[in-house]
Amino acid sequence: MDITTFTSNKKFWIWGISLLAVLAALATLPQWLGSYYVILLKDILMLVLITVSWVIFSGPTGYMSLASAAFFGVGVYTSALLLPMTGAVLPLLLVIVIAGLVSFILGLLAGALTLRLKGIYFAVFTFGLVLLIQRFLLWFEMNITHTRGRFVLLVEDNTIFYVMLAIFVATLLTAYFIRRSKFGLALQSIGLNEEAAAHSGVNVTRVKVITFAISAVFMGAAGAIYATKLTYIDPYIAFNPLFSFLPVLMAIFGGLGSFYGPIIGAALFSYLQEFLKTEFPFQYMIIFGLLLMAVIVFMPRGLVGLVQRLLASLKEGPEEKSTPGWAIIFCLFGILGGLVGWFIFRERRGARVLLKAGGVVTLIGGAAYLLMFLLTLLGGLGGGYF
Amino acid sequence: MLKVSKVNTFYDKAQALWDVSLNIDEAEIVALIGANGAGKTTLLNTISGLLRPASGSIEFMGQRIDGLPPHNIVDMGLSHIPEGRRLFTDMSVHENLEMGAYPSRAWKGRQETLERVYQSFPMLKERAGQLARTLSGGEQQMLAMGRGLMPKPKLCMFDEPSFGLAPMLVLEVFQVIQSLREQGITILLIEQNVRRTLEIADRAYVLENGRIVLEGSCKQLLQEDLVKKAYLGL
Repeated sequence: MDITTFTSNKKFWIWGISLLAVLAALATLPQWLGSYYVILLKDILMLVLITVSWVIFSGPTGYMSLASAAFFGVGVYTSALLLPMTGAVLPLLLVIVIAGLVSFILGLLAGALTLRLKGIYFAVFTFGLVLLIQRFLLWFEMNITHTRGRFVLLVEDNTIFYVMLAIFVATLLTAYFIRRSKFGLALQSIGLNEEAAAHSGVNVTRVKVITFAISAVFMGAAGAIYATKLTYIDPYIAFNPLFSFLPVLMAIFGGLGSFYGPIIGAALFSYLQEFLKTEFPFQYMIIFGLLLMAVIVFMPRGLVGLVQRLLASLKEGPEEKSTPGWAIIFCLFGILGGLVGWFIFRERRGARVLLKAGGVVTLIGGAAYLLMFLLTLLGGLGGGYF
Repeated sequence: MLKVSKVNTFYDKAQALWDVSLNIDEAEIVALIGANGAGKTTLLNTISGLLRPASGSIEFMGQRIDGLPPHNIVDMGLSHIPEGRRLFTDMSVHENLEMGAYPSRAWKGRQETLERVYQSFPMLKERAGQLARTLSGGEQQMLAMGRGLMPKPKLCMFDEPSFGLAPMLVLEVFQVIQSLREQGITILLIEQNVRRTLEIADRAYVLENGRIVLEGSCKQLLQEDLVKKAYLGL
């Protein structure tokens, strides 16, 4: 990354223009799509933007933050306080900005406290933050206000969609410019060798804390607009730990190394999740879990890594160090099998078939899990990301 | 230029430096020699701000720097090329050098500095786009030194630059260090290669168990029995 000459880069323009086209298409979509798709798209945009903002900090530095749910939840609660069912206290857009600010401040505080920790300690502490706030709110509602949860003003689907799209664009722009700036270089150097970064004159603590807080802004803003769709929220809904884990999984799914990896990964991942949820409401977690395991075992560099590897092997024949071809074939067969299975299920849907199928899927799942475990033990195929 | 007086440094409760004092004048090459575990690296880390002295003072160009964070100290023109190179292994050679110019004072003129560093180390220019971890040991050391020059330092502290290098390359490293002095850069050098170090340095300090036990001009030290026995094997 040569930051002085990046604007003249051909790749930059190609990607930039195609991204602009996608965004323009997204902006006009609600006019000719049904409301189901608008809501689905909004959810996908949200998960992608949360993933991208997670990657802003955790990607280059390698500090695995599990605080995303805390920032998201703080946004949800800000929105619930300022946009109650009884009538908005402040205009919607202002509430979104305030939610971002509150998350930013929480990010600064949490960052200053926890960023001296490294590796697994940092991950555990940031996850603790989610539970801490959730439990505190539960206690507060039970003992002080004697209520349970809050009702939030309902906002029109299209409005939610456009606000989400705006936050999405802001996230992408921020992520891009941080990556391309001197600041981004500093972040990357921290991830590679923190001590050497300090030797080179980087104010390591400040760079980490500020970036951590910046990545929190978008999660908070997303939470604030998300809340207006739910009508009812309580600490369990607002501070759902899933929002801490999803961004990590999606980023790995897409490939952490590149800028577009997490975007593509999160978009596909969240669509897949929605698809499985509607097609296999009972088994979806099992299938989803299996897919994830397959991704981590066979695609240590994510989707982007897989595509790059396939392209490279098409060009110059099989690479020496890459995952053996049979692994990729195994993966493809898995996906193919899944698709065939889906068509069979679709033809004869019924409670009994589903129950039986559930048993079979669990059995296959168990066997596949064992196999993958053994393979990982034998070959050490999993990539060491953290 | 650099004045360390009565510095005591601890790792938790274990004291690593005892009343260490040291003086470096402008455009001097000063060597710091001592066995493994004597506290040489600890002293450099204390000077560059990675460790805080429990007592004593450190002055650089007339300003107190003890207690300042490392990035401020680099900014003032004191560069530390650490032991074991500490490169950004997954960045290219060019990016590693660019990182060296991170202090805002050096950032603006980084193109010119880069050209000068490439002149001193032509090999780095050839390898500009290559990832640092794909370089050989000698090339990595050159890169570490090049990166140390990018912030336009007035004083460079080298921590065992010849460690693990082939004899030919050791010679090259010492030549580079001498040429730096000709450019007006002051040097504090830690080395295991005592004989060669004493040949190029003006003065030297001997550190043992965290204390300075000897100091003087290199000629003087070469005559000392302690140095002859312990470090030159005579």
